[in-house]
Amino acid sequence: MISQFFVLSQRGDNIVFRDYRGEVPKGSAEIFFRKVKFWEDGGLEEAPPVFNVDGVNYFHVKVVGLLFVATTRVNTSPSYVLELLQRIARVIKDYLGILNEDSLRKNFVLVYELLDEVIDFGYVQTTSTELLKSYVFNEPLVVDATRMPPLGPATLFAQGTKRMPGIAVTKSVVATEPGGRKREEIFVDIIEKISITFSSSGYILTSEIDGTIQMKSYLSGNPEIRLALNDDLAIGRGQGPVYGYRSSTGSGVVVLDDCNFHESVRLDSFEVDRTLSLVPPDGEFPVMNYRMTQEFKPPFRINALIEEAGAHKAEVILKVRAEFASSITANTIKVQMPLPKYTNRVSFELEPGASGQTTDFKEANKRLEWNLKKVVGGCEHTLRAKLSFSQELHGNITKESGPVSMTFTIPMYNASRLQVKYLQIAKKYGTHEPYRWVRYVTQANSYVARI
Amino acid sequence: MAPPPAHPQRSPSPSQPSGKSEVTDLRSQLRQLAGSRAPGADDAKRDLFKKVISNMTIGIDVSSLFGEMVMCSATSDIVLKKMCYLYVGNYAKVNPDLALLTINFLQRDCKDDDPMIRGLALRSLCSLRVANLVEYLVGPLGSGLKDNNSYVRTVAVIGVVKLYHISASTCLDADFPATLKHLMLNDPDTQVVANCLSALQEIWTLESTSSEEAAKERETLVSKPVIYYLLNRIKEFSEWAQCLVLELVAKYIPSDNSEIFDIMNLLEDRLQHANGAVVLATSKVFLHLTLSMADVHQQVYERIKAPLLTQVSAGSPEQSYAVLSHLHLLVMRAPYIFSSDYKHFYCQYNEPSYVKKLKLEMLTAVANESNTYDIVTELCEYAANVDIPIARESIRAVGKIALQQYDVNAIVDRLLQFLEMEKDYVTCEALVLVKDLLRKYPQWSQDCIAVVGNISSKNVQEPKAKAALIWMLGEYSQDMPDAPYVLESLVENWDEEHSAEVRLHLLTAVMKCFFKRAPETQKALGAGLAAGLADFHQDVHDRALFYYRLLQYKVSVAESVVNPPKQAVSVFADSQSSEIKDRIFDEFNSLSVIYQKPSYMFTDKEHRGTFEFSDELANLTINAEAGDSAVPAQRVEANDNDLLLSITEKEEGRDAASNGSAYSAPSYDGASATSAASQSLADLAFSSTSGSGQAPASSFAIDDLLGLDFSVGAAATPTPPPLSLNPKAVLDPGTFQQKWRQLPLSLSEDFSLSPQGVAALATSNALLRHMQSHSIHCIASGGQSPNFKFFFFAQKAESASIYLVELLINSSSAKSQIKIKADDQSTSQAFSTLFQSALSKFGTA
Repeated sequence: MISQFFVLSQRGDNIVFRDYRGEVPKGSAEIFFRKVKFWEDGGLEEAPPVFNVDGVNYFHVKVVGLLFVATTRVNTSPSYVLELLQRIARVIKDYLGILNEDSLRKNFVLVYELLDEVIDFGYVQTTSTELLKSYVFNEPLVVDATRMPPLGPATLFAQGTKRMPGIAVTKSVVATEPGGRKREEIFVDIIEKISITFSSSGYILTSEIDGTIQMKSYLSGNPEIRLALNDDLAIGRGQGPVYGYRSSTGSGVVVLDDCNFHESVRLDSFEVDRTLSLVPPDGEFPVMNYRMTQEFKPPFRINALIEEAGAHKAEVILKVRAEFASSITANTIKVQMPLPKYTNRVSFELEPGASGQTTDFKEANKRLEWNLKKVVGGCEHTLRAKLSFSQELHGNITKESGPVSMTFTIPMYNASRLQVKYLQIAKKYGTHEPYRWVRYVTQANSYVARI
Repeated sequence: MAPPPAHPQRSPSPSQPSGKSEVTDLRSQLRQLAGSRAPGADDAKRDLFKKVISNMTIGIDVSSLFGEMVMCSATSDIVLKKMCYLYVGNYAKVNPDLALLTINFLQRDCKDDDPMIRGLALRSLCSLRVANLVEYLVGPLGSGLKDNNSYVRTVAVIGVVKLYHISASTCLDADFPATLKHLMLNDPDTQVVANCLSALQEIWTLESTSSEEAAKERETLVSKPVIYYLLNRIKEFSEWAQCLVLELVAKYIPSDNSEIFDIMNLLEDRLQHANGAVVLATSKVFLHLTLSMADVHQQVYERIKAPLLTQVSAGSPEQSYAVLSHLHLLVMRAPYIFSSDYKHFYCQYNEPSYVKKLKLEMLTAVANESNTYDIVTELCEYAANVDIPIARESIRAVGKIALQQYDVNAIVDRLLQFLEMEKDYVTCEALVLVKDLLRKYPQWSQDCIAVVGNISSKNVQEPKAKAALIWMLGEYSQDMPDAPYVLESLVENWDEEHSAEVRLHLLTAVMKCFFKRAPETQKALGAGLAAGLADFHQDVHDRALFYYRLLQYKVSVAESVVNPPKQAVSVFADSQSSEIKDRIFDEFNSLSVIYQKPSYMFTDKEHRGTFEFSDELANLTINAEAGDSAVPAQRVEANDNDLLLSITEKEEGRDAASNGSAYSAPSYDGASATSAASQSLADLAFSSTSGSGQAPASSFAIDDLLGLDFSVGAAATPTPPPLSLNPKAVLDPGTFQQKWRQLPLSLSEDFSLSPQGVAALATSNALLRHMQSHSIHCIASGGQSPNFKFFFFAQKAESASIYLVELLINSSSAKSQIKIKADDQSTSQAFSTLFQSALSKFGTA
C-alpha cells in the first residue's frame, strides 16, 4: 500500500505529485530530497533506494535522471514498490514516447490520468499499458526526439534498464502518426550486458552475461507471436559449481544458468522445441530475462601496463583488441583508468594515423579517459600516456592505479550465441506484411581489467 | 492529494506560473468561460484547467478557485471532467462547504450511461474526505458494488475503504464488509476480488483492535476455503494482485504435508516470473510452509537460489538492492547455500555503493574454508579502490572473515600488506582489524607487532585507529623496542589529542608499559597521570585518579588489575539476538529485511499492516513459546545467587563516598574479584561494543569507578522478606489475560531506569532474556521507541501463587512504571522490590 507517489527533477522540483491516502505529513518531498541529496550514513555516498525518516518509508528509483518516489507508512514489500516505480516509469514512457523532464512537464495531466488508474487509495490496480488505454483521454504532446542525445551507452542505460534505443521505439502507443495509418511493426531486441573481470595476467576471473529479450509491438489486432530460440538451448547448470570452466562447451550448446519470463509468455512447447508463444501486450516489455556464466569469448581483450620511468614519472600503455569478426563494428568505446592521486600532468601519444579517438585526463578524479568512436572487429588500438607526478614515487605504483574499465556497444553481436531463430506472427495481413525487427546488441556492464 | 495548500513555495522553474497574481488571472478567466457554450470554449477551459493543476502540483495554493472550478465543471468533455475531479479531490477537504456544491454533479455522473464516467465519479465522490458528506456516499457505493461493469465495481470496493476511513460506523452500518466478502468469493473479475481482499484486510485489521468479531473475520481470510479459492485463480490475477494473494498464503497453516506440496507445486512456476516482487512473495510462501520440514526447507533454499540471483542481475540497481537484502537474510540462516556461488557477489565497478556494500556483507557471510582464499583475494583488490568508503568496507570485511575463520594464516598476511600500502585510510582500518585479530589469535602477535612497530603514530589520525595502535603499544610493549618512547611522545602531545577514547587508551597503555619496562616508562607514566588528572574529561580524569590510587596502594595489585593475563576472545558477541533474526525472517519480503529490524521497531502500530497479523495475540503466542524453553540450569542457580546479592543494590542514587568505602581496595585481593575485575578491564581496554556478558555482579564496581557508563547504585534499602521464584514457571497467554482481568491491582510504582538499561533496550529481546534469568517471564511485549510495554509473570517458588506485571518504559525519559497484580497480595511489595532490583541490573551485565 502506497501513500504518495511523486516525481522530482534533479533539482528537487515536483514534476508530478499524487497523494493517495493523506496519511504522510506535509513536506515529504522536501524531506526526501534533502535526505537523498545530503546522504551521509555509514560512509555511503549514495542514498539507498529505501529508507525511513520519522516513520515514513521512502522508496525511490532513478530513471533518466528523475527521481520516482513512493512513500508509505506501512511495512510493505520493498521489491514490490521498487518494481512498481520502474513499471510506472515504463508505462509513462509508453504513453509519452520519450521519458524525460520536458515530456513529463508537457504531459503532466496525462500522467495524472495514468496515475489515477494505476493506483487507487494506495492499492495497485493495473500497470498494463493496454488496459490503461481506455482510461486515458489526453493526447500526448510528443517532445522533439531529435533533441535527444545520440545513440550510445548514455541513452541506452540512462534508464537503468536494458532498452533498445532508436527513433522507431520512441513513438507513443496512443499518438496517431502523421499520415493517419499506423505502421504495423514489431521490434524484438536481444540485449546482452557483459560483466568480465580480467586478472592482471589476462585470465578471466569472473564473467557473466545478463540478457533480455525485449519486445515492443505495434501490431494491430493482438495477434499471437511465436519466438523460436536455439533448439539446443539448455537451462540450469546442473549441480556443479557455476563457474566451473573445466567443462569447456565447445559443442555450441548455449547453457543458461537461469531465466524468467513475462506473464504473457506461454511455455507449452518450450521444453520440446524452445519456442515461446505470446500475445504481446502494448508497450515495451521484457519477454525473457536470462543469466549465463558459461564460458564465452570476450569481445575485447585489454592489455594495461604501468611502469615507473624515473622518480617523478611513469608510463602507461593501454592496448585494446577487438576479438570479433571484421564484419562487425563496435561503437562508442570508452576506456578509463584511475591514475595515482599525485599525478599532475599527462601527455598522450596515439598510434600513428589514429582517427576518431580522443583522450583526456580528468584532473578532478585523476582519471585517464580514452574514447574511440568505433573499433572494427579484429583490430587492435594502442594508447601511450606519460604521467608526471607532483611527489616522488614510493610503494607499488600498480597499487595506486587501475583497474582499467571499459564501456562499449556492439550492434548485431551477441556473446552468448542465444538466437531468435524465427519470429512468427499468427495472423494474415493483406499486401503489407508487418515489419519485423530482430536486433542484437551487446554492451559492457562491468568490463574490467586489473593491472 | 497533491501538494497541500500551505506547501512552502519553491522557486518555480521558468516554464511554470508563479504565484498570486497568476491565481487572480486564472479566476477571472475561469469566470468568463463558466457559462460559455461558444465553440472552442472547452479547449480554452482545458488550457485553463491545466494551468490550475500545474499550480497545484508545484505547491501553489489554488483552493480559492474552488467555486469557479465547480462552475466550469458542467461539461460533457471527459478530459475536463477528469481534471476537475482531480482538483476537487485535492481541495474538498479544506473547503467542506464548497465540496457540497460538487456532490450534485458527482451523484448525477454516478448514474451516467458510460461505465467509465460512473467509475470516475464514484472514485471522486469517495475521495472528498469530508465527514459531513458521508450520507451521500452510501447510496452510490451500494449501487457501485452491484454495477454490472467490473471497472465500477473495482472503484466501489476501494470506495468502501475510503468511506471506512471517513466514517467507520457508516461503513459498518451499511454492512459493506459483508458485501465485500460476498464479492470476493463470487466476482468474476479478479481485480474486484483483489480489491475486496485488500479492503477487508485493512478494515478488519483496524476493527480487530476493538472487536473480536472482526478479528475472527480476519482469521477467516486465511482459512482453507478462501486460500484455495484464491490459489486456484492465481494466474488470472495481475502480477500485483498475485503478490497480495501470495502474502496471504504465506500466513496459511496447511493441515498436512500433502497440502504443502500441492501448494508448492501449484506455485512452482511463479518463481520464473519476471517480476521480482512475485518471486520474493513466492519464496516467502515456500520458506514459511516448509519451516517444520527441515529437509524440504533446505531444498527450498536450493530451489529459490537461481531465480533470486537472476533478479539481482536482471533488474535495476534498486531492485538488486531489495533482492540482495533478502539473500543476505537467507545466507545468515543457511550459509552454505551460496558457498559455491560467491562470485555472484563480487562487486562491479559501476554499481552504486549501496549495492556494493550489501555484496561485501554477502561475501563476508558466505566465506568458508573452501572459498575464503578467493574471497579475500578479491576483497584485497577493492582495498585499493578509488571508492574510499567501499575500500574501507572491504578491509573491514577481510577482518570479519578473519575473525570467523579457523585458518587465518593467509588472511593475516593480507592484513599486514594493508599496513604496508601507505594509504592512510587503509592503514587506519587495518590497525583496528589487527587489534581485534590479536585479541582472538594472540599467537600471531610476533608477526603483527613487527609490522605495526614500523607505523609512525603521526600517520594515524583517526581516533579508532589511534586507539588500536596505542592498545597494541601497551599490550605488546615488551616486543616493541620503541613502545615507551612512542607513548612518551604521545603523552607529550596530550593537549592536542581531541578524542577522549584515545586519551583513555593512552593512560592504560602507559600503565601496561610501565609494568613491563618500568625504568623507561616512568617518565611517561608520571606525565600521563598528571595530564590525566588535569583532564577536563570526567572519564579520563577518573581513570587517571583510579590508576594513581591503585599504584599508591600496591604496584603488584595495580598490575593484576590493569594488565592481568588475558584469555583470547573466542567469539565476538553477535549484535542481533536470534529472536530478532527469527522475527525478521517471519517478516520476509518486507522492509524489516532491508532495515534489519522487526517492524515494531520502525512502524506505528496502526501502520504495521498485514505483516504482523494480530499484534497482541501474536506477541502472546510468540513469547509463550519463548518462555517454555527451559532456562539452562546453571544460569538459574547463578541468578539465584545474584538475586540475593542484588537486594542490597537498589537503584536510587548514592554518593561517591559510600562508593569508595563499599569497594575498598583490599577486596581486590580476593581471587574471584580480581578475575572479575580483570575481565571487565580487559573489555574496557578494548572499548569494544561487544559486552563480555559474563562479568559477575561485583565487576560493576570498577566500571563505576572508572567512570565508564556502568553506574549502578547500591544504596542500602531495607531487606525485604526473602522471596524466591520458580525459574520454570509456566503460564499460557489465555490464563494470563484472564487473570489480568480478574485480579485487582495490588501495586503500582513509578521509578527511573538506569541509562545503561535504557541503552540495552535497543535490542528488545535482551530485556526479556534478562528478566527470564531472574525467573520473571515475559508473556507479551510491544511498543515503539520511546514507549515500550511488557507483560511479565512469575511464580512464587513452591507455591501456585502467580505475579502478573505490566511494565511501561519510556526510553527517552528513562521513566518506567510497573503495575503488579498478584494472587497473594501480601507478598506483592516483596515481589516489586525483587522485580525492580532485577530490572536495575538490566544492561549492566
